[in-house]
Amino acid sequence: MLDFLVVQFLTGLAGACSLFLVAAGLSLIFGVTRVVNFAHGALYMLGAYFAYALIARLGAGPLGFWAGLALAALAVGALGAGLEATLLRRLYGSPELFQLLATFGVALIAEDAVLWLFGPEELVGPRAPGLGGSVRLLGHQLPEYDLFLLALGPAVLGLLWLMLHRTRFGVLVRAATEDRDMVGALGVDQAWLFTAVFAIGAALAGLGGALAIPRSAAHAAMDVEVIVEAFVVVVVGGMGSVLGAFLAAVLIAELHAFGIVLFPDLTLVLVFLVMAVVLVLRPQGLLGRAEGIAREGPAERASLAPPRRGIGPGWAALALLLLGAPLLLGEYHLGVLTEILIFALFAASLHFLVGIGGLVSFGHAAYFGLGAYAAALAAKALGWGLGPALLLAPAAALVGGLVLGWFCVRLSGIYLAMLTLAFAQILFAVAFQWSALTGGDNGILGVWPPAWAAGGARFYYLALALVAAALFLLRRIVFAPFGYALRAARDSALRAEAIGIDVIRWRWLAFALAGGFAGLAGGLYAFFKGSVFPAALGVPISLDGLVMLLLGGVGTLSGPLLGALAYKLLQIGIATATDFWRLYLGLVIVGLVLAFPHGLGGFLAGLGGHRRGAPGRGG
Amino acid sequence: MSGGGEGALLSVGGLAKRFGGLAALDGVSFELGAGEMVALIGPNGAGKTTCFNLLNGQLRADAGSARLKGRELLGLAPHAIWRLGVGRTFQIPATFASMSVRENLQVALLSRARRLGALVAPAGEAFRDQADALLARVGLLAEAGRNCGVLSHGDLKRVELAVALVGEPELLLMDEPTAGAAPGERFRLMELVEVIVAERAIGVLFTEHDMDVVFGHARRVLVLDRGRLIAEGAPEAVRADPRVRAIYLGAAAGRG
Ligand SMILES: Nc1ncnc2c1ncn2[C@@H]1O[C@H](COP(=O)(O)OP(=O)(O)O)[C@@H](O)[C@H]1O
Ligand SMILES: [Mg+2]
Repeated sequence: MLDFLVVQFLTGLAGACSLFLVAAGLSLIFGVTRVVNFAHGALYMLGAYFAYALIARLGAGPLGFWAGLALAALAVGALGAGLEATLLRRLYGSPELFQLLATFGVALIAEDAVLWLFGPEELVGPRAPGLGGSVRLLGHQLPEYDLFLLALGPAVLGLLWLMLHRTRFGVLVRAATEDRDMVGALGVDQAWLFTAVFAIGAALAGLGGALAIPRSAAHAAMDVEVIVEAFVVVVVGGMGSVLGAFLAAVLIAELHAFGIVLFPDLTLVLVFLVMAVVLVLRPQGLLGRAEGIAREGPAERASLAPPRRGIGPGWAALALLLLGAPLLLGEYHLGVLTEILIFALFAASLHFLVGIGGLVSFGHAAYFGLGAYAAALAAKALGWGLGPALLLAPAAALVGGLVLGWFCVRLSGIYLAMLTLAFAQILFAVAFQWSALTGGDNGILGVWPPAWAAGGARFYYLALALVAAALFLLRRIVFAPFGYALRAARDSALRAEAIGIDVIRWRWLAFALAGGFAGLAGGLYAFFKGSVFPAALGVPISLDGLVMLLLGGVGTLSGPLLGALAYKLLQIGIATATDFWRLYLGLVIVGLVLAFPHGLGGFLAGLGGHRRGAPGRGG
Repeated sequence: MSGGGEGALLSVGGLAKRFGGLAALDGVSFELGAGEMVALIGPNGAGKTTCFNLLNGQLRADAGSARLKGRELLGLAPHAIWRLGVGRTFQIPATFASMSVRENLQVALLSRARRLGALVAPAGEAFRDQADALLARVGLLAEAGRNCGVLSHGDLKRVELAVALVGEPELLLMDEPTAGAAPGERFRLMELVEVIVAERAIGVLFTEHDMDVVFGHARRVLVLDRGRLIAEGAPEAVRADPRVRAIYLGAAAGRG
């Protein structure tokens, strides 16, 4: 038994190596530039593919293999430098959300680039020359390559430590990590420092990917897998701490190594639970530095004019158009419009958190999915009618928001975003693995509305009525005292607390409310599609919502609605025109972020001439 | 009366706070009476802002006590301390930048009335008259509709004062209330504070770099240096204190 534990532990340590390399790069980049690089997983993936291609060129002999790995890492490092110099450099002053979306766009582009260049099949890399065998240890076989990785992780950690503590460059990196303003004060050429750090971080990711190919095949979804895990590692270890990244990588890899033996179905849940526990007990991560009083960073602010009385001509025309749509549109296009309505509500609920509350959630799909599953289970397992099922959907999501939000609101900024992502992933894993209840991968099928609401036009009117009512209510809440309290806490938590506003409590309620509205959207979606799958809780849905906010801008209440419209049309338009929809979507996102670094909505508001002098640059 | 004795509004004892190895506040004790204006002075980094942050609950103290009319403040959250009657203005003005000046006050007034939980009724008209009355008081009525994000530094300081007054505080903590304001403006603002203090018998603790303002408006002066109180007394006595002179002459170059 003990032998087995030791061997399993060593296997875990070997698995930690690639994860550590990726996370260390991510952490270094975040420490210096304060950018959370979503494209880091893509850089890892490119490292794997580059290594595969280079070794195929150079030959799988010792020289070809090792040179291939090194060149792949260098190439990815150069790519990272290019990425920093052309894209991220323009976004350092932008809100966090924009930086994330820009790097997310890059990740989308990279995914399709890989599909286009290397095809969709998995590529199994060559074995490492001289390390292809295995050694016997305590009666078990241990691959030699695992032993090599096991030694490499600490070696890289040591080299990074030397770089950070024994070189002038390292001193600058650490100074910048601890206090960004200080570097400016020292008169260091910041641009050069940032590019160099990005290059090193990217090269580490590339090396991690290249080192992975002898162990597991390269494929076009490996970026998402690794980025989520790397986020967990960086957050658990503490943003900006390389040693923390190492410890956390070991912790996570060991959880996998032992979890797979003890709870084979629950490893994902286990990993995210550990992260949630660490974040709640030690919000700055194991070795992260506690931030003092929060610095109030740049954020795109919804500077809302109080509502005018009556309905403007624009809204009246829109209402007429929406009411008459079934007369004008065929079945297919009416379906598209229904989906747009549902996602407009989803985007508006996310906007309530992000734009009004200043709480950037990366896991809003959690509530969408909770609503969808609640409605589907009510209809199928409990035999409830459409009405009660559509009541249960927001109720379940609201309760979910109360439970998960209670933890989330204790954190802020990027840590909050990561915890929301973690919770959504936990729910995703539960939906995926608890097949007795949720049908697992097969989902829940046959969730159709009764005859009175079935069919394109009827369901469309149902969705229109519910979405319009929900949006109206949401709008009232924004302009009610509660909405002001949220905006107050977002603008200045210090001031809000100093005038008696219990910031945490209001944010908690905001989570619940936003969850409830997202849950209604999810419930409608379940009946619209007639089925629910775990994807309703997945990262892509959360990101869709964020991209909608990006497209519409968070500065106005109509922004998310416009964003949902634009995004869905883009998605459908691109998907019908090309197989490489991710590529084009990514290009659109990157282009938009570059063209309007403060949001499309802010730009349009600027054109319209803002009477109230919206704060912030570029408005 | 120098604020001492049983009837003190605020009595602070042995207040201490460390940041890592640095003792930002190292056993500070003082008292402050109702209607009294006390200046807390000292070079940059002496611990003045930290002292305020501890008193209004923004930071957690390592040791000590701070009682407002006998009630312990330490350990309470900032919003709870505010409800006990402690108003605060910040060294770097903290206002709601996306809202108009009037809305800033309306939020505070709604908070005092415990009506921020209302979900449906529009907030725009709530307490409008009270908000405007307070703005008139600090001379900002003309700016009521403007966004705080575009206001000048001096005006923001006035918004801060008006917002702090919403809670009808018994104790007002003002961190560099006149920093960034033009010289003439400084005295006008402090005179306004003095009038309000006299009307309502508020106790005021304020920090200030401008010694003319300090000696013109403080009844008593506390001198802080590297986390310790090194002198305390009437302005004239403090001004003559050799230790205070040494600090101020020595620190004059270091002031940013
Ligand atoms: N949140 C914090 N974390 C670490 N050190 C701090 C923090 N706040 C203040 N300090 C340090 O405590 C000391 C006192 O600061 P402060 O109270 O702001 O001084 P003052 O307001 O008198 O200029 C300074 O050395 C400052 O650097
Ligand atoms: Mg200060």
